[in-house]
Amino acid sequence: MTSAGTLKTSRSELDLDRPNIEDYLPTGSSIQQEPHGKLRLHDLLDISPTLSEAAGAIVDDSFTRCFKSNPPEPWNWNVYLFPLWCCGVVFRYLILFPARVLVLTIGWIIFLSSFIPVHFLLKGQDKLRRNLERSLVEMMCSFFVASWTGVVKYHGPRPSRRPKQVFVANHTSMIDFIILEQMTAFAVIMQKHPGWVGLLQSTILESVGCIWFNRSEAKDREIVTRKLREHVQGADNNPLLIFPEGTCVNNHYTVMFKKGAFELGCTVCPVAIKYNKIFVDAFWNSRKQSFTKHLLQLMTSWAVVCDVWYLEPQNLKPGETPIEFAERVRDIISHRAGLKKVPWDGYLKYSRPSPKHRERKQQNFAESMLRRLEEK
Amino acid sequence: MGNSSSMLTQYDIEEVQKHSNGAFTQQEIVSLYSRFCQLDRKNCGFIPSDEFLTIPEFALNPLSHTLLTMLDALNFKDFVAFLSVFSPRATLQHKIEFIFKVYDTDCNGKVTFRDILRVLKDMSGQFMPEKQMEEILTKVLEEAGYQKDSVLVLSDFMKILGDKGVKMEVDFHVD
Repeated sequence: MTSAGTLKTSRSELDLDRPNIEDYLPTGSSIQQEPHGKLRLHDLLDISPTLSEAAGAIVDDSFTRCFKSNPPEPWNWNVYLFPLWCCGVVFRYLILFPARVLVLTIGWIIFLSSFIPVHFLLKGQDKLRRNLERSLVEMMCSFFVASWTGVVKYHGPRPSRRPKQVFVANHTSMIDFIILEQMTAFAVIMQKHPGWVGLLQSTILESVGCIWFNRSEAKDREIVTRKLREHVQGADNNPLLIFPEGTCVNNHYTVMFKKGAFELGCTVCPVAIKYNKIFVDAFWNSRKQSFTKHLLQLMTSWAVVCDVWYLEPQNLKPGETPIEFAERVRDIISHRAGLKKVPWDGYLKYSRPSPKHRERKQQNFAESMLRRLEEK
Repeated sequence: MGNSSSMLTQYDIEEVQKHSNGAFTQQEIVSLYSRFCQLDRKNCGFIPSDEFLTIPEFALNPLSHTLLTMLDALNFKDFVAFLSVFSPRATLQHKIEFIFKVYDTDCNGKVTFRDILRVLKDMSGQFMPEKQMEEILTKVLEEAGYQKDSVLVLSDFMKILGDKGVKMEVDFHVD
């Protein structure tokens, strides 16, 4: 679970990832009327545009909006709806939830009793073991999806196992991975988590070939990039799934894609995931709740409804930079899933923007001052 | 005041309206309240100044550092009062007073050459050497009839900024 702790200024290495944020800032911030005329005391003292920008950001900003869980409108507000809702609660918590826990337990028993023997007894026969483990993981994920009554509609051609291809998807919750995994056993690159999730990661997910990273370690990036490249070359490896946003977003917006997945020299297959909030909001607000709580919330609601679109594979166009490629794919995914794009880096959740971004504004101010000094 | 509850009563809204000199409509105050709750993540009734720095757009503002001292541990009433100066209903006087406060960090009612220089340094960063800034400021001050060692008070600010007026507004759209 990520800690909301102290913020630190982002390291310069992480900066190289992003294009100039100033280019994307919402209207009003950089489209100021260029001031004219000789520089007077009034102009030097008048800091009102900058103050207005600051206040505007305090009142509403496009970054925080991405991580806001919008509670659904309460509908149980009258005399007959409320008892109906109460019955629903009773049914969900006392009947549905235990049934689901039962299903999940059965699933775990079947899974572990098959996985552990296969893993240890078939040590010599790698290919067979891999295939079996793959199917078992897919099955286990199906059990998970059943445990929150997932109603998932898949559109588009099923992913095939080929070398030199990478799958990218928008990220709303860790269940994204489970939903995709039940259809195809992907290898995924994930942040290493503590607790029971971490245990799962280091045992079972190892078998499908997952790559771990640590967000807070900048050096880690080189190692991870190397591992990614190695993985994509191998024909036998499971297709690699990457969530380039780097963090969970609330399924109404997409934040900027990190270019790491787009500079591996292979085909990128976009996957768009859109959740229907009719019964429950699948957005895992990691600032507000732990994953366990989130999972429990899902298991005590009626269903999790979502659509998954496997979109047309894309390649780097001649003359396109990886960042442009990433933005183009983000466009495709956002369009398909009906999400709005914002120009922010998801990692700003964990660190402050570097002072470099403020520099463009400062430079404009200094240049404007000097220019007007010359005017008569 | 709604410290632990997340519901604003009519009485609360009116109290806040009075405290901010009627700069906001009731709808706007309700909308500001949901924003306040969003920023007050730990639900303690006030926003620690660090929280504002999690807003990237705010953090990269050149004056964010100076504004943070004015934004420390604001409860909802003070939050709205702070933002009231950016409402289209705020008076020019109120706006100029606010700008004066930004310069007058030691709150003694006087703005010195050094105070103005400090703000200019924040605004231009490393893109203008300090010597050059001092020269420009001295020159512009003298042209306006002040000396380098003049001390400006609020009425001076009113005179300087009052003529052309100050455009300092934020759109408080209601969701």
